[in-house]
Amino acid sequence: MSATTDHTVRGGARRIRTLLRVKRPGRLAAEAAALLIAVAVAFPLYWMVLSAFKPAGEIQSTDPRPWTLAPSLDSFRRVFEQQDFGRYFLNSLLVAGTVVILSALIAFLAATAVTRFRFKFRTTLLIMFLVAQMVPVEALTIPLFFLMRDFGQLNTLGSLILPHLAFSLPFAIWMLRGFVRAVPEALEEAAYIDGASRTRFLWQILFPLVFPGLVATSVFSFITTWNDFLFAKSFIISDTSQSTLPMALLVFFKPDENDWGGIMAASTVMTIPVLVFFVLVQRRLVSGLGGAVKD
Amino acid sequence: MTTHTPPLKAPAAAAAGAGTGTPAGRPPRRRRSASPRHHSGWTPWLYLLPALVLLAGLLVYPIYQLGLISFLEYTQAQVSGGEPTTFKGFDNYATLFNDSQFWQVLLATVLFAAACVVSTLVVGCAMAVLLTRIRALPRLALMMAALGAWATPAITGSTVWVFLFDPDFGPVNKVLGLGDFSWTYGRYSAFALVLLEVLWCSFPFVMVTVYAGIRAIPTEVLEAASLDGASQWRIWRTIMAPMLKPILIVVTIQSIIWDFKVFTQIYVMTNGGGIAGQNLVLNVYAYQKAFASSQYSLGSAIGVVMLVILLAVTLVYLRLVRRQGEEL
Repeated sequence: MSATTDHTVRGGARRIRTLLRVKRPGRLAAEAAALLIAVAVAFPLYWMVLSAFKPAGEIQSTDPRPWTLAPSLDSFRRVFEQQDFGRYFLNSLLVAGTVVILSALIAFLAATAVTRFRFKFRTTLLIMFLVAQMVPVEALTIPLFFLMRDFGQLNTLGSLILPHLAFSLPFAIWMLRGFVRAVPEALEEAAYIDGASRTRFLWQILFPLVFPGLVATSVFSFITTWNDFLFAKSFIISDTSQSTLPMALLVFFKPDENDWGGIMAASTVMTIPVLVFFVLVQRRLVSGLGGAVKD
Repeated sequence: MTTHTPPLKAPAAAAAGAGTGTPAGRPPRRRRSASPRHHSGWTPWLYLLPALVLLAGLLVYPIYQLGLISFLEYTQAQVSGGEPTTFKGFDNYATLFNDSQFWQVLLATVLFAAACVVSTLVVGCAMAVLLTRIRALPRLALMMAALGAWATPAITGSTVWVFLFDPDFGPVNKVLGLGDFSWTYGRYSAFALVLLEVLWCSFPFVMVTVYAGIRAIPTEVLEAASLDGASQWRIWRTIMAPMLKPILIVVTIQSIIWDFKVFTQIYVMTNGGGIAGQNLVLNVYAYQKAFASSQYSLGSAIGVVMLVILLAVTLVYLRLVRRQGEEL
């Protein structure tokens, strides 16, 4: 499917290009500009990885060079030795993974409810989901702190999972709506005529069809959860074994002199899973975004 | 999955934006008057139950609590149970509104967010247009670089940008010949540095979304217009811009919401709000009030102010959406 999508995409872009009568010299200039911009945009990431591999002496050099002659794993070693970094990594993965999977399932059910059923308060609910997306969750840190405290959830991964799960839902529902709606109702009727139960239709027919949408949605919940800094900082206060990656990164900021090698190595380790995830779902993300936005 | 090949195309068609019409053979009205079975009582609520429980417990209730705390006297003494909580009415708001620092932070937040939104939209749209004018390979390069920036977690993006602009070890000062100029020392240079990072990691969303939107415009329409002799400017103004309007509204609103509540970048890049709090924005300000100085009531009042501002933005958005006659 992605192959066909991609084909039409390319064809479409080419046709738009011809239509807009982009002249050859102009196009070459545009392409040169695009490549330059791509290099500039990628540079911070390059610098991060490069600095992570630079030996201590080169990192401290006041004459920084965009290459290294003696790549070293020292910074990574320091990162993994310090502060249970591997554990933080697993915690982050656990939190983000749980949020992604649960929010996908819950949002799928909710999106199905609001697209394939007519019921009282349906529109009200939809507006509520829309409004919920706009709530500045950062402002809720204080009440959530007390809520987590009252339920004995402070210093647990649950205090990170639960809020992120709730906050990722409205957007996920909103985005999945378009995908669920695109599945023809005739298909549902046919399934029932063939004797399928509603549950069977939901999980064995609708779910696989909507899966590309779930993937696109997951990117957003994964990123917001993986990015979380504020909640981790506010809710994981005494039990550092429950901490997540952003906290581990801060260890390398020191009042007198920052350990840049360590910071860059930790940043690299923290960025790579997201990059991998992005590359894996890149096509579906782009087409999913088109679908969700259009809707 | 292979047995259901034809329906599989449906989401793809919608995703690729195969025109404004509904999928083939299905009149738009049909969905509204679904078969009676679809009215069946409790099933939709059953499907909605997990989502609603989570949202009620972790969003609606905390909002209520936020409002409540903002009207109480709530500091370390009350939190630890040493003193009873007392109702203070609008006292916290009075304290807040009489504090000149609050107004300064509010102004800084609005201006900073506005600068971020405008630059993100301009750069994002320009890049989207650029993408439509180049061949596949450079397009892939730009797309990949942008996705990389987008995927970078806010905290690592922040650390890398601070390092790039480090007065001693960063390459930027060296290339620009700025010596040991410290970007985070001055108020405006620090805000500018954070703005650059925010722009870097948020223009890709606008770029990809607007690009998807341009792609979704049926080429037949453009062809017809150009056959009729319409100029490029006219095609843009009368066909593309109106068709892109819904997308532009979405990305604008998302950017406003997102940039208004930037936390990590400011916190990490300016070390908690800059020298003497010169780079505070509302979010960081509320955090500092609540968790650093245990003035939970004041922190909550700031939170309520943020909530009110963003809800106002949301209402404007809802009106825009409804005016376009979109069905929810």
